[in-house]
Amino acid sequence: MTEWLNIILQGVLIGGLYAMFAAGLSLIFGVMRLVNIAHGDLIVLAAYVALMVTTSLGLDPLTSLVLVVPAMAIIGYLLQRLLLNRTLGDDLLPPLLVTFGLSIIIQNGLLEWFTADSRKLQAGAIEVQTFQVMQGVWVGALPFIQFIVAVAVIAGLQQLFYRTALGRAFRATSDDQSVAQLMGLDTRHVFAMAMALSLAVVAIAGVFLAVRANFDPSIGPARLIFGFEAVIIGGLGSMWGTLVGGVILGVAQAIGAQIDPGWQLLAGHITFLVILAVRPQGLFPKVSG
Amino acid sequence: MPDPLLDIRAIDVFYGDFQALFGVSLRVNAGEVVAVIGANGAGKSTLLKTIAGLMHPRGGDIVFNGAPVGNAPAFDVVKRGIALVPEGRRLFPSLSVEENLLIGAQSKRPGSWNLARIYELFPVLAERRHLPAPSLSGGQQQMAAIGRALMSNPSLLLCDEISLGLAPIIVRDIYARLPSIVGEGLSVVIVEQDIAQALKASAQVYCLQEGRVALQGEAHELTRERISAAYFGV
Repeated sequence: MTEWLNIILQGVLIGGLYAMFAAGLSLIFGVMRLVNIAHGDLIVLAAYVALMVTTSLGLDPLTSLVLVVPAMAIIGYLLQRLLLNRTLGDDLLPPLLVTFGLSIIIQNGLLEWFTADSRKLQAGAIEVQTFQVMQGVWVGALPFIQFIVAVAVIAGLQQLFYRTALGRAFRATSDDQSVAQLMGLDTRHVFAMAMALSLAVVAIAGVFLAVRANFDPSIGPARLIFGFEAVIIGGLGSMWGTLVGGVILGVAQAIGAQIDPGWQLLAGHITFLVILAVRPQGLFPKVSG
Repeated sequence: MPDPLLDIRAIDVFYGDFQALFGVSLRVNAGEVVAVIGANGAGKSTLLKTIAGLMHPRGGDIVFNGAPVGNAPAFDVVKRGIALVPEGRRLFPSLSVEENLLIGAQSKRPGSWNLARIYELFPVLAERRHLPAPSLSGGQQQMAAIGRALMSNPSLLLCDEISLGLAPIIVRDIYARLPSIVGEGLSVVIVEQDIAQALKASAQVYCLQEGRVALQGEAHELTRERISAAYFGV
């Protein structure tokens, strides 16, 4: 019994990471209807930025977030302003193709620069610390911190979306771009701010990913799939839905892995397909006005 | 004669290869209400969209407050003091009534319009301030759209088909508030298919026909015959 409790708990905690993968993806799709195929590779890019920061400055990975988050946000702003804004229009295909190309460029750029060697960020003693939540149920300090951070990120995004002028601008631009311009909103800037925010979240996700397990330039697309699945399971309606989507995916993978190690990913994909089949709008769909 | 607030000089506007406006000129003086009438497809909405910066003329000039604005993007035009109440209201459905009004103030122009004054002008909006915009009736949505435009403290307000799809009693109710809006020295351009309402509310009238100004004059001088001749092109 406690064995299964442990497994489900591990799944929930990893679900926080998936929710962070998903949140940035969902934000960008929500604001500008852009499906960012390079999202997973940007997560890996953030991991390498963190690797450079930690090795060159001797910082702890979690402390390195102070630099990695703003760096990724700036990259996001510029990427949107200089490249992706030019692809947006009535047709969904150009941004899809351009971000697909971007994904290939990032993967090969990282391969060229850092080689195919697998890397990991070293967080020190905290990596092996655990604490007991009840008889026989243990939680690692790092997964726990990761989950708390994920909840804080989701809560922060939710607040930003519904309580700030920037969030209002995001929602208005998402509703009606041309009327948003009539309000004095430069949609190119609004989109760039959304991408900056998305990559700030990507930075946090990338660092936790890199502390948790080995990474190399090729693992981005699989992270993109996890993010997609969490978004679709949760529905595009709310950030909290995204968190629930991530947790469901994490738990499904953990249970699958327990049955047979080869079933970890398969169990996640099957759960995703089942939810897509019976509830294609996701668990928390957007309330249409 | 003082310089007009808005001076449109012979603009040509196109949708791709299709020309929608042919050498249209129009002047609006400070504090004046100007009506633009015409049949469907005459180019009235195109004219307002071009003034607001959503479209740009290929020929001619638009001068506002002494500065050319013909090529300025819409988000810049509103900062200079031109606000459009778009056809069909086009409130933001994901935003509450109050958020719709607040986003109108995004351009941060100084002036006397604020939430309290909009709620004074349209008290029903105050009661529904926290509801989602789509839950309002058509007339209330029109009030919110006008309020949202006023929140930018414009010196020129462009109103596109305010009466469209609304019951006559509600149209009268909305037009009845116009004098208290104009009282502040605001200039207004009204595009209307409801000619009687437009003539009553305005000083100057322009009638567009197939993208050209077919008739122009002071509202009280224009006879019914001349207007219908220009309107229908007979």
